Amino acid sequence: MDMQVKKKLGLKERYAHMTRGLDWETSYQPMDKVFPYVKYEGIKIHDWDKWEDPFRLTMDAYWKYQGEKEKKLYAIIDAFAQNNGHLGVTDARYINALKLFIQGVSPLEYMAHRGFAHVGRQFAGIGPRVACQMQAVDELRHAQTQIHTISNYNKYYNGFHNWRHWHDNVWYLSVPKSFFDDAMTAGPFEFMVAIGFSFEYVLTNLLFVPFMSGAAYNSDMSTVTFGFSAQSDEARHMTLGLEVIKFMLEQDPDNVPIVQRWIDKWFWRGTRVLSLVATMMDYMLPKRVMSWKEAWEIYAEQNGGALFNDLARYGIRPPKAFADACEAKDHLSHQLWGTLYNYGAATAIHTWMPGTEEMDWLSAKYPESFDKYYRPRFEFWAEEAKKGNRFYNKTLPMLCTTCQIPLLFTEPGDPTKICYRESDYNGDKYHFCSDHCKEIFDHEPEKYVQSWLPVHQIYQGHCFKPGTDPTAEGFDPLAAVIEYYGMNFGRDNLDFEGSEDQKNFETWRGEATRNA
Amino acid sequence: MSNVFIAFQVNEDTRPIIEAILEDNPGAVANESPAMVKIDAKDRLVVKRESIESRLGRRFDLQEIHVNLISLTGHIDEDDDQFTLSWNH
Amino acid sequence: MVVAAVKEYKFEPLDRLENFHGNQLLYVGWEDHLMFCAPFCFPLSPQMPFRAVLEQVLPGTYDYHPDFSKIDWGKVEWFKSGKPWRPDHDRTLDENGLKHKDVIRFRTPGLTGIKGSCS
Repeated sequence: MDMQVKKKLGLKERYAHMTRGLDWETSYQPMDKVFPYVKYEGIKIHDWDKWEDPFRLTMDAYWKYQGEKEKKLYAIIDAFAQNNGHLGVTDARYINALKLFIQGVSPLEYMAHRGFAHVGRQFAGIGPRVACQMQAVDELRHAQTQIHTISNYNKYYNGFHNWRHWHDNVWYLSVPKSFFDDAMTAGPFEFMVAIGFSFEYVLTNLLFVPFMSGAAYNSDMSTVTFGFSAQSDEARHMTLGLEVIKFMLEQDPDNVPIVQRWIDKWFWRGTRVLSLVATMMDYMLPKRVMSWKEAWEIYAEQNGGALFNDLARYGIRPPKAFADACEAKDHLSHQLWGTLYNYGAATAIHTWMPGTEEMDWLSAKYPESFDKYYRPRFEFWAEEAKKGNRFYNKTLPMLCTTCQIPLLFTEPGDPTKICYRESDYNGDKYHFCSDHCKEIFDHEPEKYVQSWLPVHQIYQGHCFKPGTDPTAEGFDPLAAVIEYYGMNFGRDNLDFEGSEDQKNFETWRGEATRNA
Repeated sequence: MSNVFIAFQVNEDTRPIIEAILEDNPGAVANESPAMVKIDAKDRLVVKRESIESRLGRRFDLQEIHVNLISLTGHIDEDDDQFTLSWNH
Repeated sequence: MVVAAVKEYKFEPLDRLENFHGNQLLYVGWEDHLMFCAPFCFPLSPQMPFRAVLEQVLPGTYDYHPDFSKIDWGKVEWFKSGKPWRPDHDRTLDENGLKHKDVIRFRTPGLTGIKGSCS
């Protein structure tokens, strides 16, 4: 029998057949009621079919490759658990970076899942709908694989057991939480610029690439694997973020100023959140691949520079805060680590002062700033700790209304002066850490007057367990708040030196190399 | 002129891919970090199916790179035979 | 600007004065002493004398610093919202014009932190 051999369709045609012409104009209900959120932000879309998918991944190929990634990951998670892989990491201080990850980052993966599922429903064009729904599935996978991988550490170490509650309540976690809540409560286009473009395209490399490579360097096989497994999806997410920007800018010139303002806002919101990552890289990895400053130069300055050169043809300029964000690269990690150290009694991670060699590494990587501004402070703390007088700051700090970080950042150009900004709105004062956080507030004050600022919530009495009496004799507010957080005082918090984690790790590692 | 880059996990799956890219893109530079390699190139970088297949000795679907891809930058153009990153439009 | 929204967008601010059980918030920062990573937030009675802030509130917060005991409060320079300001130590916060969520800073001339590093 003669076979009629038809030429196989090319990737582009195949993709078009599988993903286009799947939707229709509704007739029982007007399209505006079916897609109620696509117009109110002011973005004008004339032709949804102009949407170009950067990766032409059809659903069947998607499941196939995602399945392969999962099989690889779970094989390693099993091997890691069976072989006590946790005892192979450089030292137990490293594990605190994982605590920060599960407390601060993994819940955002879940929120990203919800966010993309939401906008995937709301866009009136089939192209972005399919892309967003695929990303929603990815993000759920990331949350699950991270929780699953890190749960292995929860069997042995403190600070992992209550991360979901902490994410919603604890002061330093309100920073990433409020960042994502801000994006989720915006319209679908702003969400895409916030998460798809500013976070995924411009900034996510700073989180995953150097950090995961750092996990490899510190012999944490399981984290490297979930990190890279997630990151293999990020390449797709990043291109989606860039595509959304190009699509909006090409559809109508009136979209340009709106998109520019969102880029300005979300670049800054994102860099503020990433200050937590800066501390992970410079302070929490016992073996370091590169400094935060070096990572910033590669991924934000060079890479971001190339990106904004390219977008200039649409009339888009680099984010307004770009210069200030670049200047801060010399200070960010030191200022934030100093803050976590200050409030080490109220964190569900351990903190510590870097050792002598580590301080020398910091001096070499930060010749302009470390010795002059930060070493004296750190050496003083280290000496006091040695004398049994470890510094624990017990008074609650003033927070920025927008990014919710304590006012710890210094004036651009003067690392000896805290940067204070304020606005008056409807008879009340609001305070900010920077010109950029103030500008974000001033543009939408009705949104940010609702900021759930942990310090103010504590003073309003909302962070104590039922039955607590703050007027009782000898009432200790810090202890009451720690109890409400569900942290075990002395186990989950305080200095690494002398912690249960430190002792257990030493004992177990000792047992792993000799017979008891 | 701006750089584009593509980064892969370092493993047996990606060795032929990385070799192929470096041969097909004179001037591309591989920067190695623990567990990963980042390949930088001026303006444009191309991944060719045939070059990978000739190393693997089997058929290779370019979308297989998704499994070990870490990150990339630039505009993407993808068909059955090659995958291109560039800042050109 | 108003928030872009599909319907009226109006919500209560979360940090109104009446939510603080009779106290108001006062933010205090010590210039040139960044060992304290950020300014502080205190819930205080508007009827509290300013002197009580200096004598009862600040010591517990700042006395870890070797400079704190060297402060001559008569020579301290004060700023309110960044502008020079002179408090009357014997009058209350309210009488000194301090409202809910005001921010004051003090500079201690001659004292510039650990090894002069503003720490």
